[in-house]
Amino acid sequence: MIQALIFYVFAAITIASGVMVVSSRNPVHSVLFLILAFFNAAGLFVLIGAEFIAMILVVVYVGAVAVLFLFVVMMLDINFVELRQGFMKYLPIGLLIGVVIFAELFFVVTSWVIAPDLITAAPAPDPTAVTNTHALGALLYTRYVYLFQSAGLILLIAMIGAIVLTLRSRPGVKRQRISAQLSRTTEETVEVVKVQSGEGV
Amino acid sequence: MLEIGLAHYLTVAAVLFTLGMFGIFLNRKNVIIIMMSIELMLLAVNINLVTFSVFLNDLVGQIFALFVLTVAAAEAAIGLAILVVYFRNRGSIAVEDINLMKG
Repeated sequence: MIQALIFYVFAAITIASGVMVVSSRNPVHSVLFLILAFFNAAGLFVLIGAEFIAMILVVVYVGAVAVLFLFVVMMLDINFVELRQGFMKYLPIGLLIGVVIFAELFFVVTSWVIAPDLITAAPAPDPTAVTNTHALGALLYTRYVYLFQSAGLILLIAMIGAIVLTLRSRPGVKRQRISAQLSRTTEETVEVVKVQSGEGV
Repeated sequence: MLEIGLAHYLTVAAVLFTLGMFGIFLNRKNVIIIMMSIELMLLAVNINLVTFSVFLNDLVGQIFALFVLTVAAAEAAIGLAILVVYFRNRGSIAVEDINLMKG
């Protein structure tokens, strides 16, 4: 009973904030509603018993991706009112496609069956004995260790790519050039001048 | 109604996915909101994966959700970097102009 209530609260807030993400007038509000949607989806995951994914969702999406969106939205100086032109023009076709997709998904959801011999590909251990995080780690670091390493590689490539794309060398900025400093020699920088006493240079 | 099962979670995921797709059509000119809609769709996919993983008692679904999360984070980072570079070069993020860079 209480579980059903919590489910409906989380699900309703997730969907409502999803609506606000796509229809909000101000992109900053969109990002904030996206954060709300992710938090409530994490709540749904906790409710269903996938605690690790829920925490990762909060850390990765709310902590990294949404903040990244927020930075970009606030950093770029864009006239968002201009970008909203044609909002009403695209509404009918968007609604049409949305209804079609939802109907298809509804048919899929209501009519699928599981092949009985497909169950227990990697049976989850008893949740009272082993925590969700422990079980996931035992599977991720053994059977899926190569995929795990590739995921790390993908993140590394994304990081390098983002840095390479956005790094720019502006002309006229004074920077320290260590190689130039180190390659100076005494002969070309220091001059010994004989000074007559009492005359100055 | 009070017994929460697989179908409830799948419905939430389906609604979220549809919303994401709807958002792409609705905000044709605003790349930032299009990327947020893609994030919504990926979230819906993750909800589906985790739901099936729990109800079929099979942890591989959650592993896969983890990888989807990784790729989504990488995609958001690269996409926003491209957006920043594009804005720096052209002074706008209008999507219609992006097809100027042909071949």
